[in-house]
Formats: sequence, C-alpha cells, structure tokens
Amino acid sequence: MNRSGFLSFMSAVLVLIIGLLIGLVILLVSDASQAFTAFWTILSFGLRSMRNIGDVLLNATPIILTGLSVAFAFKTGLFNIGATGQLTVGAFVAIYIGIEFTFLPPPLRILASVLGAALAGALVGAVPGILKAYRNVHEVISCIMMNYISMFLVNFLIINFLFDQGQGRSLPMPRESNLPQAGLNYIFRDGLRASNVNLGIIIAIAVAILIYIILEKTTFGYELKACGFNRDAAKYAGINENRNIVASMMICGALAGMGGALMLMSGTGMRMDTVDSLAPEGFTGISVAFLGLNNPIGIIFSGILVAYLSLGGARMQPFGFSAEIVEVVISVIIYFCAFVFLVKAMLGKFLKGGN
Amino acid sequence: MHMYVIEMRGITKEFPGIIANDDVTLQLKKGEIHALLGENGAGKSTLMSVLFGLYKQEKGQIFKDGQEVIVSGPGDANLLGIGMVHQHFKLVHNFTVLENIVLGVETTKNGVLQMKEARKKVLELSQKYSFEIDIDKEIRHISVGMQQRVEILKMLYRENEVLIFDEPTAVLTPQEIEALMATMKELAAEGKSILFITHKLDEIKQVADRCSVLRKGKMIGTVEVADVSKEEMSEMMVGRKVSLSLEKQDYEAGQTILKVRNLCQKGRDGQKDRLKDISFDVKAGEILCIAGIEGNGQADLVYALTGIAPMDSGQVYMNGVNITRAKIRARTETGIAHIPEDRHKHGLVLDYSLAYNTILQTYYTADFQQGGFLKKSAIAKYAKRLIERFDIRSGKGEETLARSMSGGNQQKVILAREIDRDPTLLIAVQPTRGLDVGAIEYIHKQLLAQRDSGKAVLLVSLELEEVMNLADRILVMFEGKIVADVNPKDVTFQELGLYMSGALDGEQSRENAGETSAQALQPGSSTDRETQPAEVENDNVNSNSVGRKIRPTEFENQTGNQNPTAGDSPPQFEHGRGPDTEATNNESRGRPPQGELPGEGVEE
Repeated sequence: MNRSGFLSFMSAVLVLIIGLLIGLVILLVSDASQAFTAFWTILSFGLRSMRNIGDVLLNATPIILTGLSVAFAFKTGLFNIGATGQLTVGAFVAIYIGIEFTFLPPPLRILASVLGAALAGALVGAVPGILKAYRNVHEVISCIMMNYISMFLVNFLIINFLFDQGQGRSLPMPRESNLPQAGLNYIFRDGLRASNVNLGIIIAIAVAILIYIILEKTTFGYELKACGFNRDAAKYAGINENRNIVASMMICGALAGMGGALMLMSGTGMRMDTVDSLAPEGFTGISVAFLGLNNPIGIIFSGILVAYLSLGGARMQPFGFSAEIVEVVISVIIYFCAFVFLVKAMLGKFLKGGN
Repeated sequence: MHMYVIEMRGITKEFPGIIANDDVTLQLKKGEIHALLGENGAGKSTLMSVLFGLYKQEKGQIFKDGQEVIVSGPGDANLLGIGMVHQHFKLVHNFTVLENIVLGVETTKNGVLQMKEARKKVLELSQKYSFEIDIDKEIRHISVGMQQRVEILKMLYRENEVLIFDEPTAVLTPQEIEALMATMKELAAEGKSILFITHKLDEIKQVADRCSVLRKGKMIGTVEVADVSKEEMSEMMVGRKVSLSLEKQDYEAGQTILKVRNLCQKGRDGQKDRLKDISFDVKAGEILCIAGIEGNGQADLVYALTGIAPMDSGQVYMNGVNITRAKIRARTETGIAHIPEDRHKHGLVLDYSLAYNTILQTYYTADFQQGGFLKKSAIAKYAKRLIERFDIRSGKGEETLARSMSGGNQQKVILAREIDRDPTLLIAVQPTRGLDVGAIEYIHKQLLAQRDSGKAVLLVSLELEEVMNLADRILVMFEGKIVADVNPKDVTFQELGLYMSGALDGEQSRENAGETSAQALQPGSSTDRETQPAEVENDNVNSNSVGRKIRPTEFENQTGNQNPTAGDSPPQFEHGRGPDTEATNNESRGRPPQGELPGEGVEE
C-alpha cells in the first residue's frame, strides 16, 4: 500500500475509534450500569451468527449505492446532497413496476424495476445538474429542494396509485417481484431462520467496481475528474464541462435510484410510508462516501461497516436505552466519519512533523 | 548602535528529505536595501519564515542590534520591529484601507474603536510618501498596486524598522514598480532597513545596496551590487553561465496563419468595452508580440482567439478557415496551441499526475484511448518521452502530482504538451511569469525554436525586455485597442512605454491592419521627448531611477539616451488600467498562496 493509501486507511480507522468512544461516553451518561454491555452489542452483534452477517450485507446494499452516488459527485466537483430524493423516486418506480407490471414474466419485471428506478433517479438528478450547468444554480440548494419535491410527489403518487388503506402505506410487493436470493439464504442462516440477503448486495458490489472502472480507466472518467479538480483547465482543454456536469448528476441519480429499488425489493416486507420525512439512507450515503474516502472500492467496505454498526445499535434497546438514545449513539458514530478528511490531513501533518 | 540591525548566523533548517537552509548567514545593515536573490526553491522563503518564527531552525541564532533574540512567532517579529509585505497580500477584502491598517493594533476605549487618531496617522503617512490612497475605500475596490501600498502602510503604522518585501514587483505594472522602487529608496534614506526578496536582476541593480545570493539552501555570498554585473549575479544564482541576451536569426515571414478582423467584445455590467475593433495577422515564422500593461484587453483577446470566452463581433480565421464560431476543441484541432497566462487556473489539473497533464489536449485521440478506455502504458511512455525531451524535473517521474512540482517545471509540462502537438500557431501568454532565470532562458529558446521551424507565435507579455528580445513585430494594446504596430528594431523602450500608457497612439496614422509598416507608425521621437520634461519635473524622488522595464541597461547605448528626463515613463501611475483589472486581480488574489516552502501542503 502506498503512503496515501496507508494514511487513508489509518484515518478511517481512527475516526471510527473516536466515534465509538464518543458513543460510549453518551451511553455511560445515560445509563452507566448497562453501558458496556450495550456497547459490546454494537461491536459484536453483526458477527454473532451467519444470519446477522447476512443482515449486515442486506442493510449495506442501499447505503453502498447512495455512498457511490455521493462519491461520484464529489469526484466531479459536485456535492450530491439529493441522494435521498433520488432514492425515494427510484424506490417508488421499482415497486410500481413490481406491483403493476404483472404482464411481464418475473425476471424481466425485476430487471425493469431496477432499470426503471435507475432511470427515474437519473431524471431527478438531472434537474440540479441542468440548473448548475446552464443557470449556475448551486447544486446543494437545488438538491435539497428536489429532496422535498421528490418526497411529496412520491407520497402523492402512493396515495393515488399504490395505497393500502388498511396499513396507510404502499401496497405489498408480490413475492416474485422481489430480488432472488440466489442461494445466499443457504449460507447466511441461523438454524432455520435465514437472512433476507439477496442478489442486491452482489449488484451493489458489481456497480461499485463498475464505477471504479469508469472513474479510473476511461476517458469519460478522465474528463469528469478533470472537471471536478479544475473546471477552468477542463474548459481550456475543450472538455464540455456543462455536459459533464449533467451527465455526472444523472449517474449519481441513477445510483441512488437503484439503491432505492434494491432496498424495496429485498423481500423483507418493507413498504413505503407516506410520512413527511426524508429517507435517511440518502444522508447516510454521505458518511459512507466520506468514510470510504470517495473511493468506490472503499465504499463497499465503509457501507458494510456502517450497516454493521447500525444493526448492532438497533439491538441496544433491550438494555433499557430509549430508541432516541440509540439513534443518537449510532448517528454520532456514523456522522463522525465525516471528519475523516480532517483527520487524514492532521495525521499527515503529524507524521511529517514527527520525523 | 550595532553594525547590523538583523543578523542571522549559521541558520540550518531541514525538512524531511531536503535541507532548506544550510548554515546560512545573513547580515542586514541599518538603512540599506539588501537584496536576497535566489531561484525558486533556493530557500529564501524558508529563511524569512525562520526570521518570522514560523519555523524553528535546527541550528543558528538570530541577533537584533547585536542582541540574540528568540523569535517564536509573527507576534514576536512585530515586537522586534520586523514587518513583511508578503507576495500574496494578507488583507481583508471587504474592510476599508484604514480598517486593514489598524487591524490587530486597534486603539479602543471601553471596547469601542477609536479611529480618529489612527486616521490622522495613516493620512500623514500616506501623504508623506505620496501614496495617493483613499483610505476609506474597500480593499476589493482598489488596484493591486494600491493594495501593496496598504501593506507598506501597515508596516509603517506599526513603526517597523526592518521591512521585508517578498517578490513585490511580480504583480505590478511598470509604473507601479517605479513608484515602489522610489518608495523603497526613500524609506532606506530615512534609516529603515529593507530586505528585498527577488529573482529579478534589474530590480536589484536599480535599488539594492548589497545582495546575498542563495542557491539550493546554501549562502553563495554577499556582494556590493555596484561592483558586480548582472551576469555575475545570475551566475551566482544559477551556478552556471546564463546568456541573458538571445541569439536570434533574421526573420522571414511566411504565409498568414491567423487572421483577426474587427474583433469586439463589450464590457459586462456597464463596464467599458474590453476589445475594440482588433485586427491583425500572424504569419508563419514570426513572433508577434502583444505588449501592454496588464488589464488592457490582452487576456480577453486570447480568450476570444482560443474560444474560452465568446466574442461579440468580428472574425477569426485560422489557415483561411473561419473559426469565429468554433468550439474550443475544434480550434485546438486547427493547430492552435495555447500556453495560458495562469498555469494553475487553466494550464494544469494540479491534482492529476504529470502524465495525465501531458495528455490534457489529446487524451481522446487514438494514441491514448481505445474504445473509451485510457491506454495507461502509452500515456506513461509518452510522458516519459516529454520528460526526457524537455528536461522536466520532478520527484516521481511521470507519476508525480502536478501540484507538488516547482513552478518552472510545471510550466515546462505545459510547454511540452503544447509544443509536442506540433501546432501551426502557438499562443503563449506570459510564459515566463514567476520563473527564474534558467527557466526563462529555456522557454525563450523554445519559443524561438518554434519560430525558426516555421511556426507562427503569438506572444503576450508584460515584460518589455522579453518583448524586445523575442519579437519580430510588436502590437501594443491600450484599453482594448491596438494603439501601435511597430518593428522592435525601430522603436525604443521609451516609445513603447508611452504607447502602453496611452500617451501615444500610433494607430492614428495606421492604414492597413495586417501590414508591418513600422516606418509609417514610428512616432516622431523628438516631439515626444520635448513634451516630456514638463510632465516629470516634480518627480524628484526617482530622477535617476527609471523604471526597469522602461530602460534596461543593455539598451542605454542603443537609444543613445543620456538625457535624464527622456527615460522617465509618464507620471500618471494609476492611469491606463483597463476595465477588467479589478476582476483579474480578484481572481489571482482569491487563490490560496502557493507555498514555496516544503511542509506547507496546499490543500484546496
């Protein structure tokens, strides 16, 4: 591993440790007697059985994709804070196709769901891209607005087209519209109880590798990164920076949209609520991207790690911690990851000064 | 009183892998102007940072008036009466001049600012040195030259007695440089001691009493400036003989390569027009120079020619093909190479490797990609070839991050990339800005080689000496217009200076845009000189210190100019700054300082 890679890895480990320690302090403050048991649960629960490992992979799937979405934007000099809106729209399109397009045979229907979700996400992402490229509207502002537009639009669409009156949520997905488990349920199981882990995680990893190849090996990636690093120099070299901004945002949207599809097609019985709150997976994607230092391959691991901590965290409630405290602890750990670049810079300086 | 105000004795400062200062001794006498000369990376800035307490030296001591002192931060330096004008000014843009000057040493009463006395003191200082500065204007609304005066006032307000100027002339116009030199002399005459960091030999010749030369971290020696020639100083600096004048073969213009007709660009936001009816030709085998003071439309002209900014009206033809509406890449493909003015803004992607920067204009060609995939080994091979051919030095060869390279080598990467594409027209804007003597020499030779091999070269330069040395034909721009089209053999520095400041307009008698009719355009030299004395009479400060760019020593004999007044440039120092000066300045000021110092990684 080269020096920069080593620094990246060390700083990612370091922020994680700091985040965990602060999380522990919060636990100690709220209930010292149970704090260490609960903390141990966060640390170890994800590994306690093969089924738990499977659940970690299942939960990692959408946040790997939103992480990729945020990181891809970063590489091209944009901040995609709109992953949550793109994910929501993608998720809706996926379940709409899954529920309504029963005339398609299941394999085609699943494919249509995933691709439709990606396309829908891309369209949502295109809006801030076009505004940025041709009207110089800052993408953070337009992305935040698109998040709310997407959320309310999807609520409206669910209530009008896919509403389950009894539950107050979207209709359930037919079983055969969900992603196949492809034998993973035989590996990740605890006795008779198998995890819902499915093809989604494999798709997510494949997409991460694809994004890595696009960014590092292709002329398209060369152009995108040139725009991201130095827009003026890209323009000087005759690269069409406006087209690249739009293309980049559309790819970001497609990634997040696909993340929404894989989340809703996981066979866990998850449905879309019509509450007025933004999906957290989009924002978690920011932490995942940062913790993975915007490297597509790094994001596979950071996504799995964040999912691992969340799964363990959710198991703290039996120890008497309120749901809010659990949320706070997990959020502190995850969002502390956003300091990774700061820590990397400080670590670099420290090591340089040390010798 | 001790002989030396400041003495740095045996200073050694190491960074991992490099000794930035190796047993350096620097002695500054009271009341002298002491130049500190050295190439980029020679250790000048490190030495000053040690003096300011920004770095702690491993070995060596610092003495103030013979007393050993420990400087552990800029605050200490200020207490010792040491002030510095940094290359990139440290000013608050939306504060007024006055607010910037008192910042950090405000007088307050019950927590309320007392500006009255400060105002009085600043006004007195400003008047004393004829700074002609409006102290209630915000920094962002005044020119770079004025901003520098604010920095000087800051030091004077704090009653510093040791003044350090870090490459102060890099951002100034010839007139501003002249005024600065006069101010420096005046300050020295009053007993202030000045350390003047530079790599420009003419400026040293002009103002400095003594000169210390640093090379690769070592002190080569301190000399009396009057006793040594510029050639000797440059040899001390570079470590080998450098030819300051260029061998140039006779010029034979071929067919027209670039044809520009009636190019206009309106000013934005109600500002003055940027380009007014520009017409000219560039022919094969010639270097056409565009001279002028910064901000008179040169940048807009280049942007219009290369397609970076659209033009409002007019036509541009390349080899007879109309490229007026063509996109940037289409223009590049007609054979235009462009060495941009700002190598960090346009020229390089600093976070890309050297290799990736060499293919910035060609990455999409079959040489470097196949089916949309970059051919990494072909790119590395190509970069290696350029490194070899253009002697580009870097830490890790073609994999070096462009950001970590020295300015001269960064410029070589751009030069290599642009020249190696075998262009028919090379547009070079300020290609030697901020570079040291060795690199300048190299780049000049390359430009001449392009010309000799039959390429057309369009050189935009603010350095009159560069213009005179390289040009086969000179166009002078003033306020967005071409005001003169002259042959360098038939024109003096003085006349060029007058054209540049708008005092003369050679275009009045001009008939045909593309023609070299220097004789017809030649201004009546005698008339000009007659009009001069009246204007410069009250310029008593620098009657014998004329602007460097206006009258370098080599040309004194040629112009036969012994008349002390004729050499003076026009006195209106702030005159002739184009409408976009402000914008250009803000852009360049907006960048973070590019650390020359190791250990000062620039993260954006």
